Amino acid sequence: MEHKYDAVVVGAGLAGLRAAIELGGNSRVAVISKVFATRSHSGAAQGGIGAAIGNQEEDSWQWHMFDTVKGSDYLGDQDAIEVMAKDAPRTIYELEHMGVPFNRTPEGKIAQRAFGGHTRNFGEKAIKRACFAADRTGRVILDTLWEKSLRAGIDFFNEFQVLGLLMEDGRCCGLVAYELLTGKFHTFHSNAVLLATGGAGKIYQTTSNAFASTGEGLSIAFRAGALLEDMEFVQFHPTGIYKLGILISEAARGEGGILRNRDGTRFMEQYAPKIKDLAPRDLVSRCMTEEMLADRGIDGKDYLHLDLTHLGKEVLDSKLSEISGFAKTYAGIDPVSEPIPVVPTCHYMMGGIATDSDGRVLADDKKAPVSGLYAAGECACVSVHGANRLGCNSLLDTLVFGRRAGKEIRNFIAKETPPPAPTGQADEITGRISALLDSEGSEKPGDILIGLQKAMKDNVGVFRTKESLNAALSVIEGLEQRYQNVKVVDKGCCFNRNLLEAIELGHMLEIAKVIAMGALAREESRGAHFRKDFSERDDQNFLHHTLFRHAGAGTTPEFLKKPVSITRFEPKERKY
Amino acid sequence: MKTTFIVFRYDPATDARPRYDEYEVEAEGTDKILDCLNKIRWEQDPTLTYRYSCAHGICGSDALVINGNIDLACQKLIRDFKTGGNFIIEPLPLFTVIKDLLVDLEPFFEKYRQVQPFLINSQDPPETERLQDSQNQALIEPSLRCILCGSCTASCPINRANENYAGPAALLRAFRYVFDSRDTATRERLRQLDTKDGAWGCRNMWWCTDVCPKEIPVTKCIAQIKRRIKENKKEDGS
Repeated sequence: MEHKYDAVVVGAGLAGLRAAIELGGNSRVAVISKVFATRSHSGAAQGGIGAAIGNQEEDSWQWHMFDTVKGSDYLGDQDAIEVMAKDAPRTIYELEHMGVPFNRTPEGKIAQRAFGGHTRNFGEKAIKRACFAADRTGRVILDTLWEKSLRAGIDFFNEFQVLGLLMEDGRCCGLVAYELLTGKFHTFHSNAVLLATGGAGKIYQTTSNAFASTGEGLSIAFRAGALLEDMEFVQFHPTGIYKLGILISEAARGEGGILRNRDGTRFMEQYAPKIKDLAPRDLVSRCMTEEMLADRGIDGKDYLHLDLTHLGKEVLDSKLSEISGFAKTYAGIDPVSEPIPVVPTCHYMMGGIATDSDGRVLADDKKAPVSGLYAAGECACVSVHGANRLGCNSLLDTLVFGRRAGKEIRNFIAKETPPPAPTGQADEITGRISALLDSEGSEKPGDILIGLQKAMKDNVGVFRTKESLNAALSVIEGLEQRYQNVKVVDKGCCFNRNLLEAIELGHMLEIAKVIAMGALAREESRGAHFRKDFSERDDQNFLHHTLFRHAGAGTTPEFLKKPVSITRFEPKERKY
Repeated sequence: MKTTFIVFRYDPATDARPRYDEYEVEAEGTDKILDCLNKIRWEQDPTLTYRYSCAHGICGSDALVINGNIDLACQKLIRDFKTGGNFIIEPLPLFTVIKDLLVDLEPFFEKYRQVQPFLINSQDPPETERLQDSQNQALIEPSLRCILCGSCTASCPINRANENYAGPAALLRAFRYVFDSRDTATRERLRQLDTKDGAWGCRNMWWCTDVCPKEIPVTKCIAQIKRRIKENKKEDGS
């Protein structure tokens, strides 16, 4: 089936919906999403969204910018971070005006709370900067944006899997998608495409991410000529529930929660004397891993305790009710009276499709764009998070840069006309899927995936070495071979999950490889990337972004570098 | 432990009638029902169909009937059931089965869209936020927990008898906006809800409240709409 739109947005999380709302009304916009819009993973964001609105104590965008730069271990691009920090208050008021039900102060203003790495006066002490709606902030923003987009006349194609982009001489002019309900292929011709497909946490064994977070947007853009940037920086959130990875929001520590080891010691006091448990995530996850390696895990096992028992039932009920429910349901623990067993968990990709601050996807290290192609949200790398993202900056990123991408697309489609559809490309894309469906291989997609997830957990986790990364790459290579022989048992055309998982797996293998390659090339430790064999940050040799360019199927991607934008804050030693 | 899953199977394209397939699954007490369905699909039968995504009760994809009760498959663990390791898994009632455990929720969302599920405020917004009493925020708070899983509407006996009834999920969303102090369309909303297929369709059967996986007091919220409709009429009459 053929469709014609001014713009097609892939992904119905916060970045995609915010962009679509910006475009709706004036243009014909389609949003295609592999899950029904309100099932998007933005909805799992719990703790809050950062903005220096100063409702509870003095704050400034400069402080927010500094914290983000320092949090990024000086790898974030400061021009883009300035854009985000300055635009944050407007973003919050805009959300409030749309109807987002933020928690309130006694005076009726938007309430704020403390979050990791957010400080007053350039690092003095923790500050209340996170605007929140209990511990379901992402969920209520997602609902609000979806409801808003229902009014804006946007066409939704729910439960459609994107398969590939249509490219004519380096210009994106549409995409091909697979309708899960019917098994039919759909070609979308459009003047511009925005990828807002989220993260790829499912390449790791234990993750807070949804089953849908398999990163196909990154891989599809990569194959179409986009660059992948800083992929080696994968965030491990300090507090996933032991064994499950279900997230316990940083808001739990923002409200006063404390991490303890087997002796009951508040170990973060030693590592980050000033802000303790509210240190940034990379640091806390690393300290936790150190504690466990030193045999100070609870009962000698590989987990620690998050103690909320002193917060009292009222705070847990009113501000942390979702996570209290998770602890009860999944760990069988009531946080009012018992500590929660937690462990660092794959949570977020700082890296992604290289873009500028208007969402344009970049084709080279000189910032030339891939015409007609845009990206925003977790799948994009602007880069505002650098080597480590601060809590509360991901929702902000999706909304600030989703809106900016929407505006830029509006300008683009006003002056550009789409080229005629390339002949044969759609057939080539659908042919690959049909071949996958018909393949008579012997490998189950699930078995290959388990191998990948284990290799990434064991070798590309919180701590990395040259040996571990080479081991990961060799496992991935073997899995790629096995993937050539993958078998799709379900030959049906209605909600064929078996086929979908085989498609996703191909993308995950590609992304995992780029992550491991980036990590191998970066012989230093910065933010979330820690090399045991190069344990110091090395600004002399590595204060640059990592870029990879696809060099054709079966070949090694090309490695490039890009300088970091440094405008206000020179790199310094990072202490908390 | 060894568990037995008896699962509803139906492909309208090929099957004359539904059937139940039986699977043996090796499971731990802490495994979610969703984990077991995934095991069946990954290890035994890749054609088994159902929705899921976040796997921790936030996205609302996987409401099913588990041993006769509506629950989220990702929010119930093996150990939560005292049925000797035996499980019967069926799709949500009320909705049309597309395949196996997967149902067509479009009629559910259509009802939802009809209650104008968005903030309406006729005044220009201030430069910063609109103020809102924290008590007002607390009043609407339970309704914000809704994840649109469809459990309440699927369970409602009124919905089964009257397909025009808005149903608990849509009414809960209406509650969220009727009682939000920032919304200025309250009277219009109440007029729309003041019908036998609107708020008055609810006969306080409490099934919605019983099944809600987010423990939202849905019936009470609908009762508050009814009370507000009456108060509103009284004010208009005087």
